[in-house]
Amino acid sequence: MRIAGRGLDQGTTSVPFTFDGERLTGRAGDTLAAALIANDKRVVARSFKYHRPRGILTAGSEEPNALVTVGHGPQADPNVRATVQELYEGLEARSQNAYPSVDFDLMAVNDLMSPFLGAGFYYKTFMWPKSFWEKLYEPVIRRAAGLGALSGLANEDTYEKAFAHCDVLVIGAGAAGLMAAWAAARAGADVILADEDARMGGRLLAETEEVSGQPGHAWAADRVAELAAMDNVRLMPRTALTGAYDQGTFGALERVGRHHPHRPGKPLECFWRIVARRAILCAGALERPVAFPNNDRPGIMTAGAVRAYLNRWGVVAGRKVAVFANNDGAHRTALDLMAAGVDVSAVIDSRAEAQALGDYKLFAGARVIGTRGRKGLESLSLRQGDRTLRIEAECLAVSGGWNPSVHLACHMNGRPEWDATTLSFLPRSGMVPGMVAAGAARGQFSTAACLADGARVAADVAAELGLTPADTPVPDAEDRPYRIEELWAVEGRGRKWLDFQNDVHVKDVRLAAQENFRSVEHMKRYTTQGMATDQGKNSNVAALAVLADATGRSIPETGTTTFRPPYTPVSIAAMGAGAQGMGFAPRRLTTSHKASVDRGAPMIEAGLWYRPAYFPKPGDASWQEACNREVTTVRTAVGVCDVSTLGKIDIQGPDAAALLDFVYANTFSTLKVGRVRYGLMLREDGHVMDDGTTARLGEDHFLMTTTTAAAGLVMRHLEWVAQTLRPELDVVFTSATEHWAQFAVAGPKSRDLLDAVVDGGLDPAAWPFMACGAVDVMGVPGRLFRISFSGEHAYEVAVPARHGAALYRVLLAQAEALGGGAYGIEALNVLRIEKGHVTHAEIHGRTTAFDIGCEGMVSKKKDCVGFATSRRPGLLEDSREQLVGLKPVDPAGRLTGGAHLFAETADPVRSNDQGYVTSTCHSPTLGHDLALGFLANGRARHGETIKMVDHLRGVTTLARVCEPVFFDRKGERVRG
Amino acid sequence: MSVANLVVLSPCDGLLPGTIGAVSITETTPGRITAILPFKGQDDAVSVALKSALGVGFPAPGRSQAVGDVRTLWVGRGEALLMGADCPDLPGAACVDQSDAWATVEITGTPVEEVLARLVPVDLRAATFDPGHTARTLLGHMTASVTRTGASAFEIMVFRSMAETLVENLAHAASAVAARS
Amino acid sequence: MRIPCPLCGPRDRREFAYQGAAVMLDRPAPDAGDAAWDDYLHNRANPCGETRDLWFHEAGCGAWLVVTRDTATHEVTGAELAETVASS
Repeated sequence: MRIAGRGLDQGTTSVPFTFDGERLTGRAGDTLAAALIANDKRVVARSFKYHRPRGILTAGSEEPNALVTVGHGPQADPNVRATVQELYEGLEARSQNAYPSVDFDLMAVNDLMSPFLGAGFYYKTFMWPKSFWEKLYEPVIRRAAGLGALSGLANEDTYEKAFAHCDVLVIGAGAAGLMAAWAAARAGADVILADEDARMGGRLLAETEEVSGQPGHAWAADRVAELAAMDNVRLMPRTALTGAYDQGTFGALERVGRHHPHRPGKPLECFWRIVARRAILCAGALERPVAFPNNDRPGIMTAGAVRAYLNRWGVVAGRKVAVFANNDGAHRTALDLMAAGVDVSAVIDSRAEAQALGDYKLFAGARVIGTRGRKGLESLSLRQGDRTLRIEAECLAVSGGWNPSVHLACHMNGRPEWDATTLSFLPRSGMVPGMVAAGAARGQFSTAACLADGARVAADVAAELGLTPADTPVPDAEDRPYRIEELWAVEGRGRKWLDFQNDVHVKDVRLAAQENFRSVEHMKRYTTQGMATDQGKNSNVAALAVLADATGRSIPETGTTTFRPPYTPVSIAAMGAGAQGMGFAPRRLTTSHKASVDRGAPMIEAGLWYRPAYFPKPGDASWQEACNREVTTVRTAVGVCDVSTLGKIDIQGPDAAALLDFVYANTFSTLKVGRVRYGLMLREDGHVMDDGTTARLGEDHFLMTTTTAAAGLVMRHLEWVAQTLRPELDVVFTSATEHWAQFAVAGPKSRDLLDAVVDGGLDPAAWPFMACGAVDVMGVPGRLFRISFSGEHAYEVAVPARHGAALYRVLLAQAEALGGGAYGIEALNVLRIEKGHVTHAEIHGRTTAFDIGCEGMVSKKKDCVGFATSRRPGLLEDSREQLVGLKPVDPAGRLTGGAHLFAETADPVRSNDQGYVTSTCHSPTLGHDLALGFLANGRARHGETIKMVDHLRGVTTLARVCEPVFFDRKGERVRG
Repeated sequence: MSVANLVVLSPCDGLLPGTIGAVSITETTPGRITAILPFKGQDDAVSVALKSALGVGFPAPGRSQAVGDVRTLWVGRGEALLMGADCPDLPGAACVDQSDAWATVEITGTPVEEVLARLVPVDLRAATFDPGHTARTLLGHMTASVTRTGASAFEIMVFRSMAETLVENLAHAASAVAARS
Repeated sequence: MRIPCPLCGPRDRREFAYQGAAVMLDRPAPDAGDAAWDDYLHNRANPCGETRDLWFHEAGCGAWLVVTRDTATHEVTGAELAETVASS
């Protein structure tokens, strides 16, 4: 219910929203949780395992219970914490994990079964038979136990990722964080102040204390305004720091567009990578509940949350409120409530020495031993000494003390240390290099101590950065001591809940100990305590205190589990922002791209490049028909294909030839200027890395060509060799791939075509096979290479890329005039298989020069990368699988890629495997299928009939082994 | 046939200019671009020769130099681009024409740093990255050259083939920034 | 993770390609024998503590680096140009 005269946003507009379809009204500035409390909604969720009715426990991102789904359709966002979700007009929220409703949930039958469903139940029960797990147990359990569900629809919402850099990152904008940011900024540091809340101020917004004579929230607002006006400060509200990583890198999730109705184009979230020279952890502390019988009834909340709802939002979760605590701080709750006119029925303090701070009924040395109420708390029982009393209360504010938020400090494997005074884990210094904690995050619990600590730590940090700390006055504030006595679990009938989200109670932890899961990490896995979306923020310390007690050890001896990123959940959509659809990778387009698309060519990816697969014509029955036509065109007339995607590396220097001799297995120092040579490049382990042609443009000037896919790899390799293995060589190189548009012109009429476009015509005598040189192409200085991948008389002609689109159109027009045309990658592949030219299908990383029949290319007169290792035992043996050609015995037989090879009469099982097929095509030139593959001792088996079996496609074909060159074996056409 | 012209297309032909929110993206034409890679021990001689011919020397790592429209831009270990002038005779260096290898755009406007922060992992704050500073780094998934040209202006270069992706990435980031205001 | 490139300054890990231990710099002679080559290619220490390894600043300046770092603490204590290390 709403309390008149309380809250920071009184008099703001009312905001209509719906919860489970019911129209409700909140007010601007509310979280969904505050608005639900204002509307007296008590049960807002059902628990994960037992489907127990649950209410709101906290007022922050640690909330374990109040998870809802916001929105509908593709935009439905499950597992939103109602305590974080800001209210906006038209907000649609639905409860989760309940059928048909949170008030009446059929699956609550699990709760009646709970004696059988304790920790380890699933492990023990659903073990046998094995096949039942996937088919029966898991689906049923998944339906019964769960959080919200995804819509299953494609979501078009925008998310983004971004980087930020600063000198000082201040994490958390409470009393300590505001002071730290202020002090660091005044010292001249570039500061980022990030806070997960929409409004900065932390607990100052939730308490009634004064700072420097002002209400705390007003002081905070003044500081925030002051910081916002400084050029060297960047405020990042709604930004939760989710992880601390190496070298001062932090992950953070900003809620950008979740606090108002969907705005097209506006990102919902932004995932930040923040790089900071220093970080100050001012993440504050989280209040922990106490485990007492039936402590999960709606209406039971942390005391700090009760104060936050009252003081910040002006709402209370019941007409009568009781308080149960083991520390002084919680007494403030009673005072604040009474000042607001709310009936406080009792303050129950477990400490025998506790003193009342005001006019309320105090039960010192007492404990809550039970609760009652159907849809929420109605009354509670307490025991004080020998007497048991029943107290009426609709809301119980519980405090078991505070846990400093040390999570981020632990992300690099550092362990916090137990502090016996505050009964909490505190960060040690140096857990995350460059990060220090200040304020409540390191156990400074009074407002005055937080303010002073923030200022002091920031001054130290500024000094470390070489800045001169400015004098930053620390304002006056409350400085009461934090007095606390241990209280983790209260005995009594009924389950004493620890982990509300995963339904783990005290008995589960004791059972774990009893079954010898004594390590805190084992207990966690056995019980699932701490494994829910709140990552045990509300339950870890109490659970390990119970474990410590059950195993007869102290808390420091028991230790803690490891906190890992993320601190709060991060949506996959935010981390994958920008990578949807075509954003997944850059697209590299050739200058002929548009012309190919205009001709209807389907584009296929080759590395990051897009290349035309084939050029369809009206009436084509399939791609095969187009491919056949293009192959025949090249074999009989002339074809044009964009080959700009092949890597081109310009290599120059007095030692250029020496470098090439070292990176290629064969020799390049003997290559004449104006000539091109095919080269084979090995890896240092003796296997083939890549192949291609290299042209000698001048005495000290070479142009290396790599395959499209391996261009980056080869560049990296050349840099490796030049910088580390042969640093004495005077040679430099750079990629020239992108400057040139290069086109293959292949076929018997290729010379005729080029004669028409090369200025001055093409003198056959000057352009023998493997010649290269400069030419002018229609007035544009270019390059011509007489090389061939198709086995035809062919050239590659290159011009600067600005002319590429124009030249491609000219070449096509010329080709068509000669009865030729464009050919795509499918035809290119057929042409090369007919000639037995290898690609990365054959040089796939596990084959050697020997395997592909090129061991003769490995020069023995010089060292090269991979030379020594290519001659290791086992790499030159006849029994190795060697490159062969395969032709179907029956010309109609199919050869398929990836199929395996077996002796004709052998069973097609793995033990009989003799090799495999790497490339196949249908050859229109020869009228049947062709294949390249690797066959054990294959070179000695030409003429043999073997059995090709494709288990995947169910194809078995008898094939004849042959030399891996099917067409024009003597190479007459290429030289003609 | 040789009387016909091979029509010239720029890398971002048909893609730019564009204005999204408060940033503008335009294709720039730096003129001739030559990659200059000094041979062993020739760095100083090359720099002197460049300086005497054009007034700009070989830049230090992460820097660019400019005299009028003539610029030198560091683009990696032992390599700089000479832009806006024909390459003088430099016997101590390999000089490779790269005039058509790069898509070059300028992105300007008050939130330009915010836009680039969505794509570029390096620290581009004015305090650490002045006009004249340049970085070889990533823009999205592309290798890029990023140079500050003014208080709210950067020059971005990526390989020509990725011009379309560059424009898409910049436009996407600029839209997201614009949608926040 | 950030690596202090001697040419570019500290840069995000995503700009670098990882290669492996810096022993790759000590390439055996062609006739060093199979054992030496085997060692060079395949055998690596797995230290808990300081390690030196090779990174290629692929999306940056194109320099190969020898990076010294601690496998236990993740501290990066230095980075040198591999060319300098190899030439010395």
